Amino acid sequence: MTVPDSAVTSASRSVSGSVSGPVSDSVPDSVPDSASDPVSGLVAGPGPDPVTDRTPVLEVRDLTVSFRVDDGHTPSVHAVRGVSFDVLPGEVLAIVGESGSGKSVTSLALLGLLGRHAVVGGSARLGGPGKTPVELIGLERRALQDVRGRRVAMVFQDSSGALDPVFTIGYQLDEMLRRHAPDLSRAQRRDRAVELLSMVELPDPAERLRFYPHQFSGGQAQRVMIAMALACDPEVLLADEPTTALDVTVQREVLDVLRRLRERVSTSIVLITHDMGVVADLADRVVVMRGGEVVETAPVRQLFDAPGAAYTRELLAAVPRVGTPERPNGAVGAERPALAFDDLVVEYRDRRGRAVRAVDGVTLSVQPGEIVALVGESGSGKSSMGRCALGLAPVTSGSVEVVGTRPGHDSPRAVRAARARIGVVFQNPAASLNPRYSIGESVAEPLLVHAGLRGAELERRTAELLESVELPAAWVSRYPHELSGGQLQRVSIARAISLGPDLLIADEPTSALDVSVQATVLELFREVQRSLGFACLFISHDLAVVDELADRVAVMHRGRLVETGARTRVLGSPEQEYTRRLLAAAPVPDPVEQAARRAG
Amino acid sequence: MSEPLTESLAATTAAPATAPAIARRGVWRTLRRRPLFWVAAAVLAVLALVALVPLAFAGWFGHPDPRACDLAESALPPGGGHVLGTDVQGCDVWANVVFGTRASLTVGLLCTAVALAVALVVGTLAGYYGGFLDRVVARLTDVFLGFPFLLGAVVVLTSVGSRSAVSVALVLALFSWPTMARLVRGSVRTVRDAPYVEAARAMGLPDRRIIARYVLPNALGPVLAVATIMVGSVIVAESTLTFLGLGLNAPSISWGLQLSSAQAFFQTSPHMLVAPAAVLTITVLAMITLGDVLRDVLDPRGRS
Repeated sequence: MTVPDSAVTSASRSVSGSVSGPVSDSVPDSVPDSASDPVSGLVAGPGPDPVTDRTPVLEVRDLTVSFRVDDGHTPSVHAVRGVSFDVLPGEVLAIVGESGSGKSVTSLALLGLLGRHAVVGGSARLGGPGKTPVELIGLERRALQDVRGRRVAMVFQDSSGALDPVFTIGYQLDEMLRRHAPDLSRAQRRDRAVELLSMVELPDPAERLRFYPHQFSGGQAQRVMIAMALACDPEVLLADEPTTALDVTVQREVLDVLRRLRERVSTSIVLITHDMGVVADLADRVVVMRGGEVVETAPVRQLFDAPGAAYTRELLAAVPRVGTPERPNGAVGAERPALAFDDLVVEYRDRRGRAVRAVDGVTLSVQPGEIVALVGESGSGKSSMGRCALGLAPVTSGSVEVVGTRPGHDSPRAVRAARARIGVVFQNPAASLNPRYSIGESVAEPLLVHAGLRGAELERRTAELLESVELPAAWVSRYPHELSGGQLQRVSIARAISLGPDLLIADEPTSALDVSVQATVLELFREVQRSLGFACLFISHDLAVVDELADRVAVMHRGRLVETGARTRVLGSPEQEYTRRLLAAAPVPDPVEQAARRAG
Repeated sequence: MSEPLTESLAATTAAPATAPAIARRGVWRTLRRRPLFWVAAAVLAVLALVALVPLAFAGWFGHPDPRACDLAESALPPGGGHVLGTDVQGCDVWANVVFGTRASLTVGLLCTAVALAVALVVGTLAGYYGGFLDRVVARLTDVFLGFPFLLGAVVVLTSVGSRSAVSVALVLALFSWPTMARLVRGSVRTVRDAPYVEAARAMGLPDRRIIARYVLPNALGPVLAVATIMVGSVIVAESTLTFLGLGLNAPSISWGLQLSSAQAFFQTSPHMLVAPAAVLTITVLAMITLGDVLRDVLDPRGRS
């Protein structure tokens, strides 16, 4: 549903007018667009192509952030070192970088949201056309509170966590307006709230005001957050990984909303993300950050066509893309599959005791030596399948056969013995390793318990395993918190392959990792699989990752198997509408192609 | 990674020093460098010594016998021969504090240890397995929590024939394990569903190992904190019972007894209250500090 542009315009005008006084008089001459029409500074015209000769809304110069560690006893950590960029009116500026690059710290520093251990230096001048310029760095708390939400708004990654669960969203929108636009009457505030919700394309906005956050899906909640952020027509909207926690199809929906918003409001968007696909889809200009410094700033097409910095090239090369050529299937002909689901049904009880069907009659098998990818959105039941194979989820009906045993039918002793032949890699490596174990202990655990190794032999095997995942063997005595995510996932893989498994179950093993780390972990995974030849059930939502790794692909939707087949067949020429939708929803890291897909 | 580096690393691993065997790397090394650990340990060591051989300390100021009381010297303020003054019976406060240490520490530590042991077993089983056992434990603890503690203690203690520090400790433990069990249960439940516990289950480890190596070490933090505080509250609870005539019998000496007899004269002779209260506070503080330091150091994240 779309809202006529005029409605938005008038509302924007009324709110901004009441908040910050008459707008038209103080527009600087150097802004030709705005000078001709007093209000167009608030509402950008359609077709927001990057314009370079406008005065920036936000001018960041030599921004530095360092964190004092241990009350100054340990040298400070310099998270951001001299970052400069401009945000032009009406544009979408993407800040990309991997975790630890300082991109989030930069945005938090702008709003003064860092803790008291942070020392912020440099300058960030905020001042859209017709607004009083203000220096954000070093601004006193009260003045900063006035800027937050009203002139610079922020959208966080976890939308359901950022909304207060005990108030209706109508109340929360109203509160925001009451705080920042006290001149509005109750009825005006309500109208504005309805308008904001329709701006982010929520159906029945007037009804939705009475809804509580839990009644919205993840994508809707994120749209409400965006609406709330836009409540006071901020000059800049900081969006920190706004779609990272969402499924591809939902991400598409939020990106669509953001994209169309640019045609309705004048707000500039600073999009902080690690996803090159999202950048290609939405951004006008891109700032690439690494280690707290800006590596490259370029218009989006230029960045993707001719990346200047070596790091940008690396980053782009690491992004997996659908469309890898045919390769031989690793499956070995055998009498019995390594893993077989037969008409599997998994039901959980919800809080009211009702049965919720997570998996609904799925038949699927994994042959020895074969990698089968299970693909689907969250809630599709793909993780439940994996958990079932591991005996962590109840089998309501149907059967599972894992490396020759059937959990639930065979004796618990036999099932437990079979576990020695199954390796597991979970999504979050930091959470799936015992924090009280050194990584050596974690890797040695299966050897100790199942293979009964002790002493020097155990130490030797552990060291070998760590080296096989390209970690120094001397790290046995390190603890998980001392390692990075990618290193931890290597430890998980080492633990999973320690007994030379027949079957490996990997549940989203790379989704918590940065792209470049993901690339190396996937490479390692492929090598290990090739040399050990185990069967693998690879659960993932990322079709590009699946394309790089899998032999066969199974697509799940709402607990049912939608489509199964060879990788090139399913991803190359999908038969089912849902598979096509899934493929189309994932943004491609190529602005030209992405634009063509949008147009088509 | 370069080849020589790998080689050298492999060589160091072959040496016994770097193998998984040194999992507890640095616990003692880190502990050794914490001044708070030494302070707390020293205080507790002195208290232990006092509890074991009170005679060696009682006589320091010339009045070694806590039961040699002279009514003519009732409620003397500190100074002169009685360094901490005398109580209302004319007994030396210092000697009483010294001789009371054994009974008070026995009650405090024994009761906490017994309650903790029971709570760990029951709470862990209930928290980890859930189901029927969990419901039984939850209701049972509800009953104990709803039951007035004093009434219960009165009933049990009057039916116990002889009352010693040990029997008082056991009765107190009987009424304090349910709270601890609740805490353990809650703590275990939050850890039970952690991904690393699921990973351990998926690896096919026996439950015993999962509980001992994965669940308990990660769930013990808050329990340890409460247990150390409990030592102090138990020592005070003993004094309440004694005040009601149900704790230790009159010839016994404990800090609790001193506190309860001194509180009536607080306005006229505060010194009788101050001395036992101060040692009690020091004991509890030392326990809490030691617990805190241990908890920090046992967590690899707190280690250097």
